[in-house]
Amino acid sequence: MLEKIFYGDKKYWSWVIFLLILIGIGSIAYITQLKKGLMVTGMGRDVSWGFYIAQFTYFVGVAASAVMVVIPLYLHNYKKFEQIVTFAEFMAVASVIICICFILVDLGQPQRLFNMILHPTPNSILFYDMIVLNGYLLLNILISWNNLHADYRRVPHPKWTKVLAYISIPWAVSIHTVTAFLYQGLPGRHYWLSAILAARFLSSAFCSGPAILVLLLLILKKVTKFDPGKEAIHTLAKIITYAMCINVFLFLTEVFTSFYSNIPGHKATFIYLFKGLHGHGNLVGWMWVMVACAIACLIILIPSKFRNNPELLVVGLILLIVATWIDKGLGLVVGGFIPNPFEKVVEYCPTGYELLISMMVYSIGLLILTLLWKIGVGVKRELGIIPK
Amino acid sequence: MYDKDKIIPGLIIFFFLITFPLWYNLGQAAYESPKPKLPVNVKKCIEDTEWMRANHMELLNEWRDMVVRHDMTHYVNSAGVNYEISLQKTCMKCHTSKKEFCDKCHVKVSVSPYCWDCHVAPEEVTNGQ
Amino acid sequence: MDNKRRKILKIAAATAAVSFTGLPIETFASYLPKIGKYVRSDKEKKAKQWGMVIDTRKFKTKEDFERVIKACHSIHNVPEDIPNKKQEIKWIWEEEFSHAFPDQENPFLAERYEHKDVIVLCNHCQHPPCVRVCPTKATFKREDGIVMMDFHRCIGCRYCMAACPYGSRSFNFRDPAPFVKHKNPKFPTRMRGVVEKCLFCYERLEEGKLPACVEASNGAIIFGDIFDPNSEISKVLRENYTIVRKPELGTGPCVFYII
Repeated sequence: MLEKIFYGDKKYWSWVIFLLILIGIGSIAYITQLKKGLMVTGMGRDVSWGFYIAQFTYFVGVAASAVMVVIPLYLHNYKKFEQIVTFAEFMAVASVIICICFILVDLGQPQRLFNMILHPTPNSILFYDMIVLNGYLLLNILISWNNLHADYRRVPHPKWTKVLAYISIPWAVSIHTVTAFLYQGLPGRHYWLSAILAARFLSSAFCSGPAILVLLLLILKKVTKFDPGKEAIHTLAKIITYAMCINVFLFLTEVFTSFYSNIPGHKATFIYLFKGLHGHGNLVGWMWVMVACAIACLIILIPSKFRNNPELLVVGLILLIVATWIDKGLGLVVGGFIPNPFEKVVEYCPTGYELLISMMVYSIGLLILTLLWKIGVGVKRELGIIPK
Repeated sequence: MYDKDKIIPGLIIFFFLITFPLWYNLGQAAYESPKPKLPVNVKKCIEDTEWMRANHMELLNEWRDMVVRHDMTHYVNSAGVNYEISLQKTCMKCHTSKKEFCDKCHVKVSVSPYCWDCHVAPEEVTNGQ
Repeated sequence: MDNKRRKILKIAAATAAVSFTGLPIETFASYLPKIGKYVRSDKEKKAKQWGMVIDTRKFKTKEDFERVIKACHSIHNVPEDIPNKKQEIKWIWEEEFSHAFPDQENPFLAERYEHKDVIVLCNHCQHPPCVRVCPTKATFKREDGIVMMDFHRCIGCRYCMAACPYGSRSFNFRDPAPFVKHKNPKFPTRMRGVVEKCLFCYERLEEGKLPACVEASNGAIIFGDIFDPNSEISKVLRENYTIVRKPELGTGPCVFYII
C-alpha cells in the first residue's frame, strides 16, 4: 500500500518537491534558532509563548475535528461519510504531527524533551497533553491505516478498529479539553481563567477543522476526481455552521461576563485586543477582521440557500477559517499575556524566523497529509471508487 | 534478478558508506591514550584514580542530583573523608585546568559534556608567564 | 518448562509495572557503584518555610535599591545589559508600587505611594503554580519552602512563566555568559534555553549565611522561618501590618511588605 506514494504524475511530484524546498528553507531558520536560542523570536519575559504555541493550539483543534466525521459514521451509521472518513483521520494524523512539531520548536532545550518521560510529573497538564496527543496520533494511525489496508485487500474492516474508533471519540474531545486546561488553570491570567475555555476550544475546533477538511476535499476533487459526495459536503457544512454559532455564542458570553461585571482584570485583554490598551494595539486590526469574517461567514452559512451553493460555501468556509484562526491562533495565546502581571503592556510580534520555522512545520504537515491522501486516493482508485 | 543495474550499484554505495569510518581513518596515526595532567600537590582524588577514571561521569551525575534536588551538600567517600559537593569549588580546586585535565580525554574521544556551558571553569594559567 | 517461562514473564511484567509507578530513577540505577554516602551540611540554616519581610520605608534612595540588586545579581552571575529589553534576566528588581500591587490600585492613593518603588522577587509561594505546571520537576519546592530550579533538567517549555502571576521568572533566550562581566567562580552561570529566577540564596543558607540581598539591605529586609514563632521574622510579622502581592490567587506568597 505504501508504494502508492511513489507513483504519481508530474503535478504530484512538483508539489512534493515544492514542500520539501519549503521544509529545507525553514530548517535553515530552525538550525539558526537552535544555535542562537529563542532570541531570534519576538517572545520575551512578558509574552513568553507566541506564534508557535498559538499554532499548536489551533491545530489540536483541527486534529480533534476528525471526530465530526467519525461520530455520524460510527454512532449514527451515516454511510455518506464512509468514503471521507479515511481522509479525515489522515488529516488528524498530519495535524497532531504539526502540533508535536510546534511544541518541539518552541522548547528552549529540545534535546532534553525526554525528561518529560524520564521524570513523569502527573501534576502538570503538559504531562497529560503529551499522553493524549500521542495516544490520539496512535489511534488515528491504527484505525485509518488498518481500515484502508482492509479495503486494499478487499476484505471487511477488522472489528478491533471499530472499537478503537469508538475510543477515539472521547479521546478527540480529551485532546482539546486538556489543551484548554493548559491555559484555563493558571492563576493570574484572566483572559484564560474561564471555565468555558475548553468548550470554546471544542466548538471552534469543530467548525474550523471540518471547514479545512471540506476545502481540502474540494481541492482533492479537482485534482483526482475523487467525489466526496454532495450530501457529505452539505452535512459537514451543517455541522460547521452549528459549531460556529456555538463558538460565537460562547465568545460573546465571555464578553458579557467581563464587561457586565466590570472587573478591570477581566476586561483588560478584551480592551487590548479590540481597542488597544495604554496606547498599544498591534492586534486591533486583526481582531476586527475576525469580527467581520465571523459575521460574514455566518451570513453565508446559516441560510441553506447560500450554504448549499458550492461557490458561496467555499467563500464562507475561508472566512470562517480566517476568523477562528485569528481568534485562537493569534489573539488567544498572545492576548492572554497582555497585560503582563504588572498590568503593563508589552507587545509581541512574530519575527521572520518564527514565520519561516512555522512554514517549515506547516509544510511537514502538508507533506505528510499529501503522502497519506495519495495512498488513500490510490487505494480508492484501485477499488473503482475514483474513476481511473 | 530484476533491476540488476539499480540494486548492485546501490549495494556498492551502501557498502562504501557503512565502511566509511575505516576508509577515513586509514593511514592516520594510531590511537594514543590521552595523558591528562594530574594535580601535583595532591596525591589522592576523592576516590581512587582507577575508579574515578571509570565512574566520574556517573558520580558527577549523582552529585548533581543530590546537591540540587536532595539538599545533600557533602559527600563522604569510602575512606570516610568529607567533601563539599561542588564541581567548581571541589573538583577544580585540585584539577586547576580544564584544558589540561578534562579536555584531554573528552576531546580525544569526542565527547562534549555540557558542564561548562554553565559552570565556570577556573581561569587558565599559561605556563611560564 | 512452560510454567517456568510463564513465571519469568510474570516477574518481568511485575518489574516493568513497578518501574512505571514513579519511583525515583535512582532506585533502579543499581549499576551505580555506591561507595560513598551523602550528608547534609552541618552549618546549614533550617526552616519549615523561609520567608522575607521587606520594609519599604527603609528603601529611600536609588542607592538603597541598587545596592541590594547588585548584591544578588553579581554573586549569581545574572547577565546585565542584554540588548533586547524584552528578553532580559531579572532575579530581584524594583517596580512601582501600583504595578507590583495592581490590586491595591486606587485613584486617590496617597501621593507618596503612587510612584514609590518597591523591591520585587520570587515569592517562594506556599502553593507555587510554577511547580504545579512544570512537566519535568525542574522547578520544585524544597523541604525548607524554597522554590528551587534544577537548571540541568529544565527543557525550556516556559509553562512556569505563563503560570507565575508575579512575573518573577526569566528565560535565557540567548547564551547569557557574554553578558556576565565578572563571573563569580563559586556559582554557575546558565545556558540558553532554561528558565531562572531568585532561589532565596539556598547556596548561602547551606553555608549558614543569610541571603545576599538581606545582608546588603542594612536591615530593610528581614529573613527567616515564618512558621517558627520565635524567629525574628515572626515577631516582625506579628507587630507590623504587612501585605503580600495578589493574595487572592491563593498562591501563599512568602515575601511580605511593610508599606
